[in-house]
Amino acid sequence: MSAETWQQVVFWIFALLITGAGVLVVTTRNVIHAALWLVGALMGAAAMYVLLFAEFVAWVQVLVYVGAIVVLMLFGLMLTRAPIGSAEFDNNQRPLAALCAAAVFVVTSVILIGAFEGQEINFARTAGTSTESIGTAIFSSYVWPFEVVSILLLAALVGAVVIARRD
Amino acid sequence: MSGVVDLIGAVALIGLIKVVVVFVALLLTAALVTYMERKVIADMQARVGPNRWGPFGLLQAIADGIKLFFKEDFRPAAADRWTYAIAPAAAMVPSFLAIAVVPLGDHVTVGDRRVDFVIADINIGILYFLAMGSLGVYGVVLAGWASGSKYPLLGGVRSTAQLISYEIALGLSLVPIAMVAGSLSLSDIVAAQAGTVGNVTFFDGIPVLEQLQDIFSIVPNWYIWSQWPAFAIFFVAGIAETNRAPFDLPEAETELIAGYHTEYSGIRFAMFYLGEYIHVVVLSAVAVSLFFGGWHGPGLGILPWLWPLLWFLAKTLVVVYLIIWLRATLPRLRYDRLMWLGWKRLIPAALLWIVVTATVNTEGVSRNIRLAVFVVLAGLILAWVGRGDPRLAFAVNPQSGDDRGSA
Repeated sequence: MSAETWQQVVFWIFALLITGAGVLVVTTRNVIHAALWLVGALMGAAAMYVLLFAEFVAWVQVLVYVGAIVVLMLFGLMLTRAPIGSAEFDNNQRPLAALCAAAVFVVTSVILIGAFEGQEINFARTAGTSTESIGTAIFSSYVWPFEVVSILLLAALVGAVVIARRD
Repeated sequence: MSGVVDLIGAVALIGLIKVVVVFVALLLTAALVTYMERKVIADMQARVGPNRWGPFGLLQAIADGIKLFFKEDFRPAAADRWTYAIAPAAAMVPSFLAIAVVPLGDHVTVGDRRVDFVIADINIGILYFLAMGSLGVYGVVLAGWASGSKYPLLGGVRSTAQLISYEIALGLSLVPIAMVAGSLSLSDIVAAQAGTVGNVTFFDGIPVLEQLQDIFSIVPNWYIWSQWPAFAIFFVAGIAETNRAPFDLPEAETELIAGYHTEYSGIRFAMFYLGEYIHVVVLSAVAVSLFFGGWHGPGLGILPWLWPLLWFLAKTLVVVYLIIWLRATLPRLRYDRLMWLGWKRLIPAALLWIVVTATVNTEGVSRNIRLAVFVVLAGLILAWVGRGDPRLAFAVNPQSGDDRGSA
């Protein structure tokens, strides 16, 4: 089999794993198990980046999402919901949730298909994915979005501290 | 076409051999380090230490392994079955994986093929090491939660908070290294530390010091000289990441029985135990690669591929010894003090040091000015970090009436 065929095979394997893990995140009764399935889905996404030769993005995904954000979620769950597993988190808004999910799915699909329709993904390794070129892109072409996101995160950080302070 | 298949086959075979050899070597080193730790600490505490199995008790680690293997694998009734089962593996596997990007030696030529002593020389080695370190916490957290018991849960919660405090400082401490080396690959960083410091003209014209500066022509060109504040932050944060004393709060035996692995026994406990030592060895290996010239060192003419490996092992064991020494010396930090050190000292110091490194490495600044700025600013940072917490003053005088103590 050619390299492209292998890539297709691996893509579908990981696509199924991500989808399966994603379904389990919302169907499992245990919140800690849900967080662990989320780790599975995020690791699968990292594998997708590796498949596209974007190693830098892949390891940042692992470091930030798996290594920090889900760990924070586990920290919060263990502090507030121990012993865990018994709590009931369901509520009566399932139809509304289904509507929201469907809307997000349609909007994302339309935007993605509109943006990339007909384009072939070149699987060959290109210079466009090296760490250096990502750095150059962020701090030259995309410096405004980058700074805006930074300010937003800073504001969120300060807001969290203000809310958490007792005095 | 068969030529391509042969090529892929040969590359895969070399990769497989490397993985197996490094796996076994790391396992043996970690087992020996458990013995080393017991022997060194025994010596520091004026005890004998293990001396029953083999000469000088060298086979103690194997005896322990066999004993733990035949112990009952106990599982509490309240445990979450699958999470409880996979937690020890989740603690051990990332430590093993992290060694893949560390260059353990130079290269050899087999036939017409160059074989490097590194499993995967990916160009983002530092990032990979950090990612593996952050995955290692899952073993501890899951073990703590899945045991279904209060002390392990406390250990797991402590571990998450500790990781979040120290991971940032650990990552930031490596940014200056990437800046001066111009690469995130550990192989490139090691290559940049080849040779000696060379000619220094800093003390030209000063009578005695002028002669002394010749000594720099034999001093190896390691990053530790110019980047020692980065090393200090890396080392402290790294020890916190391995959950070892004085940062062993997740298992703190005086408070939490054995913390996250209280409910574990037999081979699963052995996996936690071994995983910790593998983590220590890998952390030391990365520290050597980043700050102490990696495998570079003088060799004799014979067996040119062997000397780098020996140098690397020797340097790594020296750093391991340092970590053991710290355990024997320092008492465990109180929980709020640990958070204070991470958030209020290490992270600001690391950020400041990034700015300093960026400033003095700007093109057009002469080497001597850089050297002077480095020495002065590094000293100031150290003085500030080492100043300690003003709240300590209240700790020694509880009658002061001002309770500004624990957070």
